[in-house]
Amino acid sequence: MEGVFAQTLASGLLIGFVYALIAVGLTMIFGVMDIVNFAHGEYLMLAMYFSFWAFALLGLDPLFSLAPIVVIMFGIGILTYYVLIRPIISAPMLSQIFVTFGLLILLRGIAQFLWKVDYRMIPETILSGNFSLAGIYIGIPQIVSALGAIVCNTVILLFLKKTRLGMALEAVAEDKEAARLMGINSDRMFALAWGIGIATVGVAGVLLSSFYYVFPEVGGNFCLIAFVVVALGGFGSVVGAFIAGIIVGLVEVLSGFLIDPSLKFLFVLALYLGVVLIRPQGLMGIK
Amino acid sequence: MKKGYLALGLFLIALVVYPLYFTDPFPQHTMIMILLYATMGIGWNIIGGYTGQVSFGNAAFFGVGAYATAVLLTNYGLSPWIGMVIGCGFSVLVAVVVGYPCFRLQGHYFAIATIAVGEIALVIFTNWQYVGGAVGIYLPIRQESFWNFQFHTSKISYYYIILSMFVFGLAVCHAVERSRLGYYLRAIKDDPDGARSLGINVQKYKLYAFMLSAILTSICGTFYAMYVLYIHPSNTFDLMLSINLCILVLIGGLGKLFGPVIGAFLFIPLTELTRVHLGSEGQGVDMIIFALIIILLATLRPQGLWGIFTKRAT
Repeated sequence: MEGVFAQTLASGLLIGFVYALIAVGLTMIFGVMDIVNFAHGEYLMLAMYFSFWAFALLGLDPLFSLAPIVVIMFGIGILTYYVLIRPIISAPMLSQIFVTFGLLILLRGIAQFLWKVDYRMIPETILSGNFSLAGIYIGIPQIVSALGAIVCNTVILLFLKKTRLGMALEAVAEDKEAARLMGINSDRMFALAWGIGIATVGVAGVLLSSFYYVFPEVGGNFCLIAFVVVALGGFGSVVGAFIAGIIVGLVEVLSGFLIDPSLKFLFVLALYLGVVLIRPQGLMGIK
Repeated sequence: MKKGYLALGLFLIALVVYPLYFTDPFPQHTMIMILLYATMGIGWNIIGGYTGQVSFGNAAFFGVGAYATAVLLTNYGLSPWIGMVIGCGFSVLVAVVVGYPCFRLQGHYFAIATIAVGEIALVIFTNWQYVGGAVGIYLPIRQESFWNFQFHTSKISYYYIILSMFVFGLAVCHAVERSRLGYYLRAIKDDPDGARSLGINVQKYKLYAFMLSAILTSICGTFYAMYVLYIHPSNTFDLMLSINLCILVLIGGLGKLFGPVIGAFLFIPLTELTRVHLGSEGQGVDMIIFALIIILLATLRPQGLWGIFTKRAT
């Protein structure tokens, strides 16, 4: 029994890192400009499809398509900001919800139209198979994804804390007006936040595509999980998202292991409700 | 004012004579679906449009209504009409249990919470063996009668029942719109803090709106169960249903009495059209069109004046 428990923990941990990565973009966008990107999961889906098509049409392994796709996603994020988000920055919250909600529907509709609803899968990547570590079987794509997520999260954290640009971003998140008085152009920072936010979810998408099915609705559940992670970690906190991602991953697998696999999702969602009702600022929230 | 009433009267008369003229099952079914979604849309509009609390979980009320009716009929032989009332009771209970803690939450957190609640309901009903789990419930076929809420020879009786529900929904919404409750709801939508400072019990009125929304959606669930005679978690607690309700009210006009009506008349035919004429090639086209409309409306009128019949420019 111990072996299965350790196995469960391992897989929860590994997927948790990926959850954290997905949530980082969401929390960053919210932290910087108070907008919840309901379409966040759809960008994940887009990146997964890009990775799939790069493999299917160009023969590119996700390992190699990662960099170009991230750049593309960064561009898409900035484009989204300038075309859709900037007009509604000062609009009432309802309008903001509906614009990102509309974006969700739009992206999903485009995916359904262009690529149909069939499930796709990248069959065999360079880094595939699994290995055994102290009796626990670890899938190589999964551990690569986890490592990739850790690296990406660390890079973002370092960027925010150590670089001038990153600190400017944090300044805008903390107090937009004061930041502007300091000469920081909030408009450019917002665009940057969107770029980075979508780029990170792009990384997650490419990583996931190495072992997860790709289909238009794939963004839905991951987006919901991302909301749970962001709420638990604290809206706006990148470190919080990282820790919370791991916790959510563990809650998911442990509730499946200890209680019932078909109720896994219920516990994750109940975690969201618990957090927002009991401790709305989450673990490390700044808002 | 009079012109409006005339148009309304003609519209209702047209709806009443519709199935007498269009006697084929397909057009009747289409209009039944339109009226069903319009009624649920009116329910959504009360909490989402008038009160400004976006709910992506209204399918939960639909499912509760459907399942309550189905279980009471299948296991206890109770008439679906009684099942409808009891279903409403359960739905209102759900509305209160969910709303009471969650209405404290700000806009987007509440919206996400409703998604969570809807999905939790889906998981529960999928795993609850008493209500059939993932397989669901096949409702027992009974003799065709009004009391049994089942008709086998033609859809026309179903049509008039859903038409009555639709008119009921319109009446409820109209009454809310013109009452003090409507005032409070609009105040809550525009400026909750301001409303609170004027002495309006924001929590209480949000709950009232949510309860009304629950009732209207729940009776539609009951109707659906008796119309389709087979319910299971995916056709009742579907997140896409909640999302579709939101879509159709958004394109038709948020916070306007006929918004959901226009929305349903746009949504159902367009969805059917793309499915029938474009088949699998056109999958998603209807969603793209709706999304563009929603985004356009949301960005071009960000100050919140929705509706196709808006008169004031921003």
